[in-house]
Amino acid sequence: MVNSLIEPGAILDGFTIGECVHHGGMATLWSVTHPDIAAPLLMKIPRVAEGEDPAAIVSFEMEMMILPRLKGAHVPACFGTGDFARQAYVVIERIPGETLYRRLPALPLSYDEARVLGAKIAAALADLHRQNVIHHDIKPSSIMLRATGEAVLIDYGLSHHNHLPDLLQEEFRVPFGTAPYMAPERLFDIRDDPHSDIFSLGVLLYFFTTGVRPFGEAETLRGMRRRLWRDPQPPRKLKPDYPLWLQEIVLRCLEIEPARRYPTASQLAFDLGHPDQVKLTARAGRLDRDPLLTVWRRRFNQGIMMPKPKSDIAAQLAASPIVVVAVDTADGSDETNAALRQTAKRILASLPAARLACLNVLKLGRLTIDRTLDEEGHNKHVDRLVALKHWASPLKLDESRLTVHVLEAVDPASAILEFADVNQVDHIILGARENSTLRSLLGSVSSKVTSEAHCTVTVVRPPRAAAPAGPGDRDMPPVF
Amino acid sequence: MLLALFADIHANRQAFAACLEAARSRRAERFILLGDFVGYGADPEWSVDTVMRLVEEGAVAVRGNHDNAIGTPSESMNEVAQAAIEWTRSRLSATQRAFLAELPLVRDEDDRLYVHSEASNPARWRYVQSAADAARSIVATTAQVTFCGHIHRPALYSMSATAKMTSFVPTPGVGVQLLKSRCWLAVLGSVGQPRDGNPAACFATYDTETREVTYCRVAYDVDAAANRIRANGLPLWLADRLSQGR
Repeated sequence: MVNSLIEPGAILDGFTIGECVHHGGMATLWSVTHPDIAAPLLMKIPRVAEGEDPAAIVSFEMEMMILPRLKGAHVPACFGTGDFARQAYVVIERIPGETLYRRLPALPLSYDEARVLGAKIAAALADLHRQNVIHHDIKPSSIMLRATGEAVLIDYGLSHHNHLPDLLQEEFRVPFGTAPYMAPERLFDIRDDPHSDIFSLGVLLYFFTTGVRPFGEAETLRGMRRRLWRDPQPPRKLKPDYPLWLQEIVLRCLEIEPARRYPTASQLAFDLGHPDQVKLTARAGRLDRDPLLTVWRRRFNQGIMMPKPKSDIAAQLAASPIVVVAVDTADGSDETNAALRQTAKRILASLPAARLACLNVLKLGRLTIDRTLDEEGHNKHVDRLVALKHWASPLKLDESRLTVHVLEAVDPASAILEFADVNQVDHIILGARENSTLRSLLGSVSSKVTSEAHCTVTVVRPPRAAAPAGPGDRDMPPVF
Repeated sequence: MLLALFADIHANRQAFAACLEAARSRRAERFILLGDFVGYGADPEWSVDTVMRLVEEGAVAVRGNHDNAIGTPSESMNEVAQAAIEWTRSRLSATQRAFLAELPLVRDEDDRLYVHSEASNPARWRYVQSAADAARSIVATTAQVTFCGHIHRPALYSMSATAKMTSFVPTPGVGVQLLKSRCWLAVLGSVGQPRDGNPAACFATYDTETREVTYCRVAYDVDAAANRIRANGLPLWLADRLSQGR
C-alpha cells in the first residue's frame, strides 16, 4: 500500500518517523517519537507491496489485535496501531539491547547461565499464557532481556489468542513458523495448546546448552514430520558432563505428547529455579534415543496424538497451579498441621496436575548471630527439611509433584510472600496462629500474607471446638 | 457511537428487559433490533410495544421469520413454532401486526448491514451454520460488517482479502476489533431463547469508532419467563428449554 507515508521526518498520527532500524522479511522497523510519550519507540510496518508474501498481512493483523491487549514486563508496551485502510502499523516501546540471537556465537552457554536464562523465559511465557496468548514462535530472535532482568517476548505475528478469532487458522496449508523450534502437534494444525511454547523453549534450552539443535535445521515438511516419532539425542550423549536435572527438564519439555511435557510454564520455571529439587526419572540418565520399536510404533500408530477438542488456556492453567503450604514445625502445632494437610489434600485431589511446595521459615534473630548448628550439633536446616517431608508423607504425593523448602529469614511473612512472587505461586495455604502473647507482640503471619499476597490465600484453623459454656444464652441472637 | 444489537427476542419479556437494562448501563446510544420479536415466548404484546417505542426513538428494526409468519400464515415452521405463532397472532393488535409486516428485511448504515438470517437471500431464512454459509453471505454484500441472528448461537466469521475464512465462538465480555482489512459476519446469540448451552440472555455491543464488538451475557429470571409460557398453555418444551439454554 502507500509506503510513501513512511519516510524520515514524516508524521503519522502524531508519531514523527525517524530512521529505519531494521529491514525484515515481513516488516520494517522505524524509530519514532511522539511529543506525549517519553519512552523510546519503534514503529513496525508490514511489507504488503505487490509480490510480497500474503502471510505478512495476516501476521500483521494478528499482531495488531494482540499487542494492544498485552500487559506487563514480559511484553513490549504498545502505544498505537493503524489499520490497512491508510497505513498499517504498530508502535511499541523500543527495548534497548539485542535479541538472544546475538548469543548464538557464544553457544554452548554454561549450564547455570542457561538455567537462569531459561527460568526467565519460562516466567515470561507463564505470564503470556495467563493473558490467554500462545506465542508460537519462541526462538532466540523473539526474546530480549530488559536491563532489569526480565525476559521480553517480541513478535506476535504467529500467536494465538484464546479470546480472539485466530486469523491464521485457515490461512496456510502447511504449518507456519520457525521449523527447528516447532512443536510436533503444530503439524496437525493444533494452535490452541500452550504446551507448544514449552516444547519450543525446550528446543532453545537444548540448543543453548549443547550448541546443537535437537531436530536439526530441517525446513521441509518431511524433515519436520520426523519429530512426530523420532526423539532427539539425549544431551548426555553429546556432553557426558550434562547435569541429570537439566536433561530431565529439557527432555520433559521435548516430549512428543504435549500432555507429557510440563503442565504449565510456571511449573517449568519452578524446576529451573530449584534444580536440586527436580525429580529425576528415566529421562535424566538416558544416553540413547528411544529404541526403534518404540519409534516405529509411534510412526505407524499416530492415533496417540489425535487432535483434541479445543482447549481453554485459562482452564488448563487453573488445573495446574503451584500451591504453597507453609508448615510450622514447632511443638504444639500438630492440630493446625493436621488441618493444613487436610486442606492441601482436598485441593490436590481435585487437581492432578497441581504441585505442592512445602515451606518452613527458619527464623533468624534480628540482632544475634545465628548458627546453623544447634547446641547438640544438629543442622537446623536439615532437621526442618526432614520435618517437612514427614508432614507431607501422608499425602502420598508423587515426588514430581512435591518439593520442600526451608527459608531463612527475619520476617516469616515477607519470606513466604517473596517465595510466592519469585515462583509464580497460585495459592498459599497457611495456618492461623493461635491467640497468644507472641501474636499480639509480633502480629500475625497469616494476616500479613493474606493482605499482601498477589495470589489466593487460604488460612486454615483446626476443627472448631465447642464454645466454652457461658451463663445462660448470653450469646444467642435476639429474637424479634 | 455505541450500538446495542439484539436478535431473537421471541417475546421473552424478562430476558428483553434485562438486556435493555444491561445495554443502557453500558451506555449504548442506539438500538439495532435484528428480528424475531415474537414466537415461542408468552409476552408478545409487551415485546412488540417495546420494539415499536424503541423504533420511534430512533432504533433500527428488521423483520425475522417469526415476525413474518404473523402476517404470512403460509410460512413453513415446525409444529411447536407453528402453535406458538397461532397463539401469538391472536394476542397482537392490528397495529402491532401491521408494524411487523412492514418491517424491512435488510437495513444498511455506513459500512454495516443488518439482517435477520443472512445477506445472500434474506427472505429464504437460511441459517449460518458454517464458514461456508458465512462466506456466501459475506460475498453477497458490499458491507464490511454484517450483523445477523436467526440461529440462536453466537459466532464471529471473517473473510480475508484473499477470501480465506476464519470462524470463532466469541468469549462473553471480551471485545474483538473488527479489522478494516477484512469483511466480517457477526452472528448474534439470542436474547429470548439461547441455544448454545448457556441459558443467559445474549446481546452484543458495537463501538463504531473502535470497531469493537462485544458479546454480552445477562442473567435474567428464567423461571418467571418459563412460568408465563406454561400459564398461557403454550407447548411445555418452550418453557423447559429456556433453563437448559438449548
